[in-house]
Formats: sequence, C-alpha cells, structure tokens
Amino acid sequence: MTLTLTGVGYRYAGARRPALLDIDLELPDGVVVGLAGASEAGKTTLCLVASGLAPRTVGGQIRGRITLDGEEVDAWPMHRLSQRIGIGFQNPATQLSQVASTVFEEVAFGPMNLAIERDEVVTRTWEALTTLRIDGLAERDPQRLSGGQQQLVAMAGLLAMRPAHLVLDEPTAQLDPAGTRLVADAIDRLARDGASILVAEQKTDLLAAVASSVIVLAEGRVVLQGATAQVLADPRLPELGVPERSAVRLERAASAAGVGRDRLAGALHD
Amino acid sequence: MAGSDHLTADRGVPAFLGRPGPTAFHRLNPLTKATLATVTAVAAVVLGGLLGPIGLVVAAIIVPAGVARVLRRLMRTALLLALPIGVSAFLINLFFFPGGEQVLVRIGPITATAEGLAFALEILVRILAISGAVTLFYLTTRPADLVLDLERRGVSPRIAFVANASVQTVPAMVDRAAQITSAQRARGLDTEGSVWRRLRGVVPIVGPVIMGSIAEVEERTMALEARGFTRPGRRTLLWAPSDTVAEAVTRWGLVLALLAVIVVRLTGIWR
Repeated sequence: MTLTLTGVGYRYAGARRPALLDIDLELPDGVVVGLAGASEAGKTTLCLVASGLAPRTVGGQIRGRITLDGEEVDAWPMHRLSQRIGIGFQNPATQLSQVASTVFEEVAFGPMNLAIERDEVVTRTWEALTTLRIDGLAERDPQRLSGGQQQLVAMAGLLAMRPAHLVLDEPTAQLDPAGTRLVADAIDRLARDGASILVAEQKTDLLAAVASSVIVLAEGRVVLQGATAQVLADPRLPELGVPERSAVRLERAASAAGVGRDRLAGALHD
Repeated sequence: MAGSDHLTADRGVPAFLGRPGPTAFHRLNPLTKATLATVTAVAAVVLGGLLGPIGLVVAAIIVPAGVARVLRRLMRTALLLALPIGVSAFLINLFFFPGGEQVLVRIGPITATAEGLAFALEILVRILAISGAVTLFYLTTRPADLVLDLERRGVSPRIAFVANASVQTVPAMVDRAAQITSAQRARGLDTEGSVWRRLRGVVPIVGPVIMGSIAEVEERTMALEARGFTRPGRRTLLWAPSDTVAEAVTRWGLVLALLAVIVVRLTGIWR
C-alpha cells in the first residue's frame, strides 16, 4: 500500500502565500521517511496534508493529487481516511480525548470509535501499550501523567488504530532520551510490520536511526531529498535550520581541537 | 516510564474497568443516582414550606450519603457550593420580603420581618437541597460512567462526548490556571494582599487560561477527527455499568412520585 503525493500545493485560508509548493512524496509499505526543516518551513503543514486533515478539518486550498494505492482520496471523509492514515501531533495534551478515566480507555478510544469488535479493541490496546512499554500505566488517569508519558499514550492510541500509514509531527518533542528510544523502537517495529511512516523531527539522530530517506523543506518547498546518510551529511543543513547529527558535531569539534578521526573513534571505543 | 516485564500483549479486559464502588450506594447504576439527584432537586423546589424539603433532604441526601460514607465531604462541598447564592438569597429575602408585618429587627432603612425570615429559610433549604443532591451524585459517580451508561442506552456518542468532556474540562482548566498562576507569580505578579490587588492579579491569569483553551480547540478537533470520532453510528463500548430490574422500577417510581408531587401542588390539593 502506498501513499502518494504528486505536485501537491497548499494554502491556508486567508493566507496570501502558499505554505506548501510542488511536493512529491511517496510512502510505500515499510518505509520511514524523515522530514526536517526550520520552523515554519512547512513540516507540520505537510503532515496535515498527508494525513488528510488539511483541508478537510483545517480548511484552505489544496492542489495536486493525493492517492492511496492509486485511488484518489479527495472525496473520502476523515473517519474513513483515519482508518488508513494515523497522525500524531507534538503537543500530547491536545491529543488526549479528555473523556477517558484510564490510560487503557484512552488508547482504546480510536478503535472504539471505529466500532471494531470489543475483543479486538482490547487486544490492540494491550499490544499498543506493550509495544511502547507503558502497560504499567494502563490504570492511571491520563490527565495526571507527565508530558512525556502523555506523548507515549497518544502514540499508543495511534498504534491501536493500526493504520497502514503513519504521520508523526515531532513525536519526541517532549520526551527524554529513554522515551525517544521507545518511540524510535516503535517506529522501527511498525515499519518492519509493513507500515509506512512520515516522521517530522528536529532530532536528526533519531532520523538517522529510523528513516531510510529524508526530505528537507524550506519555505514550503523540498530543498533536499535523498537517502538518509546522504541528506544528513549535507553541509547546507545548518543554514536550512536543521541541526546536524551529534556525530557530525562531535567530529567537527574534535577536528577543531586537533583530534584526528581515528583517535576520536579509538577514544569513543574505549 | 512505568514499564512491565510482560511481553504477552493481550490480557483481556482489565479488571479495573468498571471496578465496583466501595459501598452499595456507589454501586447503583449511574442513571439511578442521576434520577435520584434530579428528582430530589426538582421536588425540593416544588414542595412548599419547610418540613417537606427538610424531610426530602434527610431521606434523599443525608441518609444515602451516610450509606455511601461521604456525609462529611458532602456537607463541606454542598455548603461551599451553596454558600454564595444561599447567603445572598437568604439576606435579600430576610430584609426585602414584600408585605412583611412582624418586624424582627430594624437596621437603618431596612427591616427584617418574621415573614421574610420564614421565606428566606424556605429558599435556603431548597438551595441546600439542590446543592446536596448534585454533590451526592458527583461524590459517588464518575461522570464517565454515566456517559457510558447513557451511550449504551442509545444516546448519541457525540452528545455523550460533549457532556463528558464538559465535566472533565473543569479540572483540566483548574490545573492550567494553577500552572499559569505559578508562572505569573514567578514573574512578579502579586496575587495576595488586598481585594484590589487580588482582582488586578486575576486578569493576567484568566486571559491566558481562556485564550490557551481556545487555541487548543483546533488541534483537539484534529486529533479527534484523526481518531475516527466523526464516524457515524454507534461505537464499541468496553464495558457499561450494571443495571437491574429493581433499579429500573425505582427510577420510574421516583419519576412518577415527582410527577404526582407536581400535580398535587399545581392542583392545590396540598398547600
């Protein structure tokens, strides 16, 4: 199953300039595509467009083609699209339903809305909680969790819907390194299970770990696109507002200090 | 993170969902408790005089609260809830009751009369009855349980969601207000001292609380859409509160009793 965007442009209602221009993107099964760029480069907008929320819920004008397995999705209602494409946002508090008394019910909220059979909802919910290793939180009140825990709960809610395509807008923005690793593991596992994932992230180390290709946006256009290693090694990243990988920064610092690459590798190995 | 060593994903419906309440009153179906609260509140208004509403308060609020072991909390919460409106209504009726003749006390141009006192007490008892009935319901019922029960009975998931979210939003906004208050105080905002100082401190707190909530609406809407909330039709329920024939009969009995009281009062059979 492939999610394809061809020549997609998008302009928010009332805006004079388009937020996205001529975006071509293909998300086949099992592929993780990273999305990077400075603030207001269009990352969130591309996530909204790819998930179908823009313009269905957000409003605005779109052009170009979006297809799922070759089928145009223009006329699909959001609840139909949401069974195929999931989206996670960076603010965990707004992703919680606010009506669930326990984490378990919060994670089950999406599958319940889709009227999936009860036993299947329970199975999916436990599976999503276990995948993110938050099954110990199942009985807790989601409103009383830390921001990082809420982000994992929101992510589990997405996983429980088992979408074939997943769009994640800075899913680790509020997570500590351990939480970030859990999300990276979950992304990796989902991709191995066949899901295609578009992940917008400023953490290039995470992109290096999970993405097979990376797109860099600037002013709504694709300015860099290619294999992850190639894009993340591009010297133009800092001027495009994308932080370099920590390994690259470390190498540069070592070089400036007169420490050679071999010596650095030896020191790290020790 | 609260992880677990379990690697088997599916463990069935968790036991904590719909865990029975600690007392027999807690374990009543939420709709039964909601019916009792509504009937009590309406009957307290419809019943005339003092004895009727006082008897109602004892029978429908104090005794059940004792059974539910929440009497102390109920008294405190219900009084706090009723205090502002109760005190003002009591004073207005005590001092400004039209046509009162038996003067009790005169303070300058205003006069407290015996008729005003009797009427003020009637109003106060009714306000306390309403506040007590609502408090008893909320102290013994999770709003989410009532919503689940209504949804099972065929109420639209959207209406149920709006009802539930409205109740759940209150503690979330209280938390947000506390965070913003702390943040503003850390930046030098004075929220203590004279009434005027406190009032001046309200604006920089209320503004961000309301504007922040409004700003989040769009993202919340998108998150709900993305989780299939707009799908038409019924949704799956993981569990629903138990109900019995006896409780159904009790509910109808309460409603019929209320209708009877209304009819009796309207026709003037009992004054």
